[in-house]
Amino acid sequence: MSVYPYFVAAWLMLVGGYGIVRSRNLVHAVVSLSVAQAGTYVLLLAVGYQRGALAPVFGSTTKPNKHVVDPVVQAMTLTDIVVSATVTALLLALAVQVNKRQGTPDPDELQALKG
Amino acid sequence: MSRSARLVVFLIGAGCVAAMFAVAFFKMPAFGGSMHLYRDLAVPASVSHYTANVVASVNFDQRAIDTLGEETILVASVIGAAVLLRPAEEEAEMRPKAVGRTLEATKLAGYLLLPVTLLIGLDVVLHGQVTPGGGFQGGVILATGLHLLYVTGSYRALDRLRPLELFDTGEAVGAAAFAGVGIAGIVVAGNFLANIVPGGTFGQLLSAGTVPILNGAVGLEVGCGIVVLVAHFLQQDIIISAQAEQAKPGGSSEPQAGERVGTAERS
Repeated sequence: MSVYPYFVAAWLMLVGGYGIVRSRNLVHAVVSLSVAQAGTYVLLLAVGYQRGALAPVFGSTTKPNKHVVDPVVQAMTLTDIVVSATVTALLLALAVQVNKRQGTPDPDELQALKG
Repeated sequence: MSRSARLVVFLIGAGCVAAMFAVAFFKMPAFGGSMHLYRDLAVPASVSHYTANVVASVNFDQRAIDTLGEETILVASVIGAAVLLRPAEEEAEMRPKAVGRTLEATKLAGYLLLPVTLLIGLDVVLHGQVTPGGGFQGGVILATGLHLLYVTGSYRALDRLRPLELFDTGEAVGAAAFAGVGIAGIVVAGNFLANIVPGGTFGQLLSAGTVPILNGAVGLEVGCGIVVLVAHFLQQDIIISAQAEQAKPGGSSEPQAGERVGTAERS
């Protein structure tokens, strides 16, 4: 069981990739990419987790101590989420443009991209 | 490439990647273990700078230059989306007619929650150094709260309360303030983004030196940036391309199409 969360992360990444490959709609492809990126959040948080440890936020009830989960990977997860949001926004804007220019959101029907 | 061929290629590739993941995972330190070297370094560094929220300390103090890059990505993305979504030459801007209806309960909930959400957003931005939260999270809450006006069914009210030029400027000011604090660090302490402000009291609102200032800058930038981003998507939704109208005579695909207000100039 000690590797189970890592496999959840890998599963999310691969299932997101599967969604992109099978996509019939560009918006669906963008959401699939978000799912794949969610795998990286799970991986980062799983790497930093410690059983029984508290959140790395101290206060009057929790005096500073080292028995907390890793704050560095949590900060990196925040960066990851922001990057994911910006990529999603840009890709959705592209999807809007493709739908307007080509008249279809289906990536399979985009003639210029056929190879 | 046909769909089935593409799927076969993907499955072969995914199988290989999954096998490599499996090999790597079984050699990684076990999940939930107590060995975290970065944690052991980050926590004392955070406490020495009077920052109760270690994640905020990592983001805005220990690795602040990383956050500067992250913030710049956000600005670039908003600019990119704005360029992609600008009205094209052949498109006309349509003013949405008040069609459809919004439930009274939805309207009431929207108007009641608007000030509450904005307050929560401010609270999350201001307390980023002592509680979970900070500029990114608070900024998104602020931007979302403003769009409750749209949920209540009044695009016009949203349009009036949302002078886009102001939000464009706010985004730029937020991004510039972050870099400005960094340059002040060079001037005062000789290091870019050095924590130059007195630390204050651990766990209090006034603590952590530059962390709350940077949180405020990021909150302003993210809040304004998301508002601008959503505004461009909403604008795109009410703009109907002239070509689409010709292709589908006798009606437009959008339910809120109203009277034509003139061709939008290319910007």
